[in-house]
Amino acid sequence: MIRLPYYPGCAVQTTARNYAISGIAVAEKLGVELVELPKWNCCGVFPSLATDDLMRHLAPIRNLIHVQEMNDSGVVQNENRVVTFCSMCFHTLKEASLFVKDEEKLGKINTFFEREKEFVGGVKQGYKGGIKALDFLEVLRDIIGYEKIAKEVKKPLKGLKVAPYYGCLVIRPREIGIDDPENPTILENILEALGAEIINNPNRTQCCGSYHTIDRKDIVAKLTYDNLIYPIRNGAEVVVTCCPLCTFNLDFRQKEARELHRDLKEIPVMYYTQLMAIAFELDKQFYGVDLELHHVDPRPLLKAKNLY
Amino acid sequence: MDLAEKVKSISGEDVLSCYQCGLCSGSCPVRYAMDLSPTQVIRLVQIGEVEKIFESNTFWICSTCFTCQARCPRKINITKIMEALRQIRLRRDQDKIALSKIPKEELKIFPPIALVSNFRKTTS
Repeated sequence: MIRLPYYPGCAVQTTARNYAISGIAVAEKLGVELVELPKWNCCGVFPSLATDDLMRHLAPIRNLIHVQEMNDSGVVQNENRVVTFCSMCFHTLKEASLFVKDEEKLGKINTFFEREKEFVGGVKQGYKGGIKALDFLEVLRDIIGYEKIAKEVKKPLKGLKVAPYYGCLVIRPREIGIDDPENPTILENILEALGAEIINNPNRTQCCGSYHTIDRKDIVAKLTYDNLIYPIRNGAEVVVTCCPLCTFNLDFRQKEARELHRDLKEIPVMYYTQLMAIAFELDKQFYGVDLELHHVDPRPLLKAKNLY
Repeated sequence: MDLAEKVKSISGEDVLSCYQCGLCSGSCPVRYAMDLSPTQVIRLVQIGEVEKIFESNTFWICSTCFTCQARCPRKINITKIMEALRQIRLRRDQDKIALSKIPKEELKIFPPIALVSNFRKTTS
């Protein structure tokens, strides 16, 4: 068993519980124990891209300090990696770790933590650098490997037509991304190991509309239509995602997208970890499909394919 | 510091190396909703007419997807320039979004990351 520090974040504890429930169980099956960070806080969500904005890097850096503390207290040994499921958390933590490679910026941020400790308490040490944020997809590719995944498959997803969708934050910008920003293959490779039929999705790296879902639903509805219509035309039965915000937009905004274009058929959206849990034949509670978190229910499709 | 200098200092990007090829605008998934294309925005920064950009909605419509950044042949991080424009605007004026205007039934279903990331980009 490999023990890795794990940063959950807000999404996988609320609207994307199905992601973490399936992901943690899948990791365990593959010999990886995800050990939750003590006292984690919000990742900071979407890094500030302004060079002079130190304030918005405090939250992610504080989380990286908690990884140092885990090592100090012996929860993990010599472990400089921290794993996330949510693409946004991954992106924010990794961006922050790169941002403070500039020693002047790190110095200022650590001075803030010093003063914070004096006044209101907080982290007991500064950030020393060198903590690496990993997306769970990287754990699957680089630590576990596709072969081992394929070996764990008890019920191949034969005949299930799956279109992968990456979104942005897990692949762009290049310095942060885990795969090629224009032509990623990691989801395809995992789905192949599960025995699924992979459907070409030309829009798999296009933006889902992201935070515009709050005040510009019209933009998200248009993008949702664009992002779903091609895989549907190519024969996809389910779209597989790795980000809780993409998932929300692709799944819940189908309603608004259909108001724009009547020809959009309903299609379920699932996390790759859910399909892994199904292919590994884990206990049904780990599929995460019974939690009423999906807008388009994937169960009828799974039943029709004898997978549920 | 004039506004063009400010864009450069906040973004850390040198807009002068842009040769106006238009690949950023052609790649932008939300270009259709923008008044000015990203290419036009860069041009206006180059010639120091930043106030004109503030009359457009372009930098608010940018969804920070980094597609332009990934494709720019001059390796300009246009996404960072959009962020700098948002920041100048927010530091000067009030927040763009008001929580009270978001419908209650929507608030119940939003993932927290949708709300927080929106506030990150539309509040100072």
